[in-house]
Amino acid sequence: MSEKVLMKGNEAFGEAAILSGCNFYFGYPITPQSEIPEYLSRELPKRGGCFIQAESELAAINMAYGAAAAGGNAFISSSAPGIALMQEGLSFMCCAEVPVVVLNVSRCGPGIGGIQPGQADYIQATRGGGNGDYKIPVFAPSTIQEAIDMIYEATYLANKWRNPMMLLTDGMMGQMMEPVVLPEPRKLLTSEEIPQAKPWALSGFDHKNGQRSLIRALHMQPTDLEIQVEKIFTKYDAMEKELPAYAAEGLEGAEIVFVAFGLMSRLVREAIEMLAEEGIKAGLIRPKTLWPYPYAAFDELDFNSTKVVISTELSKGQMIEDVRLGVEGRLPVELIYRTGGVVPTTPEVVERAKKILEGLK
Amino acid sequence: MTNLFPSISTLLSKRIIAIFGHYGSGKTEIAVSLAMLTARQTQPYQKCALIDLDIVNPYFRSREQRDMLKKAGIEVYGSVYNTEITAELPALGANARVPLEDKNCLSIVDFGGNDVGAMIMNQFGKYFTTEDALLLGVVNANRPDTRTVEGAVQHIAAIEQSIGKTLDALINNSHLLRETTAQTVIQGHAFVQQVAQACNKKLWADCYPEELVQKKQLTPLLESGSTLLPLGLYMRPTWLDK
Repeated sequence: MSEKVLMKGNEAFGEAAILSGCNFYFGYPITPQSEIPEYLSRELPKRGGCFIQAESELAAINMAYGAAAAGGNAFISSSAPGIALMQEGLSFMCCAEVPVVVLNVSRCGPGIGGIQPGQADYIQATRGGGNGDYKIPVFAPSTIQEAIDMIYEATYLANKWRNPMMLLTDGMMGQMMEPVVLPEPRKLLTSEEIPQAKPWALSGFDHKNGQRSLIRALHMQPTDLEIQVEKIFTKYDAMEKELPAYAAEGLEGAEIVFVAFGLMSRLVREAIEMLAEEGIKAGLIRPKTLWPYPYAAFDELDFNSTKVVISTELSKGQMIEDVRLGVEGRLPVELIYRTGGVVPTTPEVVERAKKILEGLK
Repeated sequence: MTNLFPSISTLLSKRIIAIFGHYGSGKTEIAVSLAMLTARQTQPYQKCALIDLDIVNPYFRSREQRDMLKKAGIEVYGSVYNTEITAELPALGANARVPLEDKNCLSIVDFGGNDVGAMIMNQFGKYFTTEDALLLGVVNANRPDTRTVEGAVQHIAAIEQSIGKTLDALINNSHLLRETTAQTVIQGHAFVQQVAQACNKKLWADCYPEELVQKKQLTPLLESGSTLLPLGLYMRPTWLDK
């Protein structure tokens, strides 16, 4: 058969987590991502891992905290309001420097939302819904293949930085199928290997000559907590240099530059083709990371030709502040959006873009 | 349209064509394509209906293509709830029985995926008799669970157990969405034939996406006497493949 295999997004996310070396999954079902726990409940135990259906999202994130503190590789998934419930745990894990990979197969919102696709968790993801000074890198795949590759990388990065890593996708990506190539499985650490690979972990094997290992989000002295916050921000400063990623397409000579991530970037590509048929050249900046945001992408704009930069979103302008920070006032920034779970049609995006362009003249 | 699915009226020998299969086998695309093809030649039936009994998957159901089908003269039956997607109601209106009761109507029935999705047939069991219904199982050789003969046979057995009936024949719909080539179809044919042999069934047809593969590229299959069923890619938004 073909080297490629046709996979549903949610199945592929689960499989990618296993191949990336995640050996613990804790979750509570919520559509449109329930196939992930379904898949992992079947597959993870067969492949040396542990699946536990938690009694709630709060329980799930705290089980992940425990498993990862003991040196396991934990993977967590949920959808918008479920991710909201996990925010306290994520804040704790950032403070305690415990890795986890978190996947949000987003609903729209606010409130319970619906199972249609949305990108309205942008601010929740990039600014943190939890308390205190912390950051979580956020990756935004636009294809199932890219999601697989990003989950694979995120497992490595979470351990490298001892910090949660998040992927922001949406219901449509969870439910749709695409042909993919799966990566080689990473070898799982045995219990005996954990002390060397993760000397910070509470593995129970390494007594460090009587020194205690301590993982905690509680610091009794304000000055101690300040030291810890400064320590984790040294990591965030380094991440801001290392992690930003984007793709830029057709910026040279473009009159309009769309900024879109995830599925919307694919719809925008069709809009760019339709605009070209009408003699309007347009380009695309596609952020692959949402925090740290790839502000440098905007230095590549063609300031001789480009008249407007348009943040194109499935939310009410949640990304536009980052676009403005990138543009730095050099060009007007506008917004095209639909919300509530509605995906615009391509002609709709084209018409709105043309109206924006005319309005500038 | 010159390369119409050949001898469709002889193949569609029963008035109810029921399509089962694993997730991602392409049941819905086949159901919609079959409906669009048969709408042009429904004789001896007076009408054609597409019944969407997929209550397990809230996305990419054939109900979404209701308007296109209606224009082609095909009535679509399924959930009566307009808010069905948000409500996630695994509910069907009683009107799904209308075409099944109507002896003058050719009904194409699209079931949900896997044994779980097929289970709904039980409440409509009395219509799916040997006399009236042709029960078809779709196999895509490129899905993780059905890449081995053993895996595909297991899926078919699970569906049969869930509906308490035996499927009449199999359809080869081995595909990789828009990355499908003639080779994908030909390799899939050989595979599904092995599956069919292993579970003592006939291979009813081989599907190919008309936009991507030309019929003449499938000469080996034509020569071996296979029935080729051209599929339109109705369900996937064009922008997803940009």
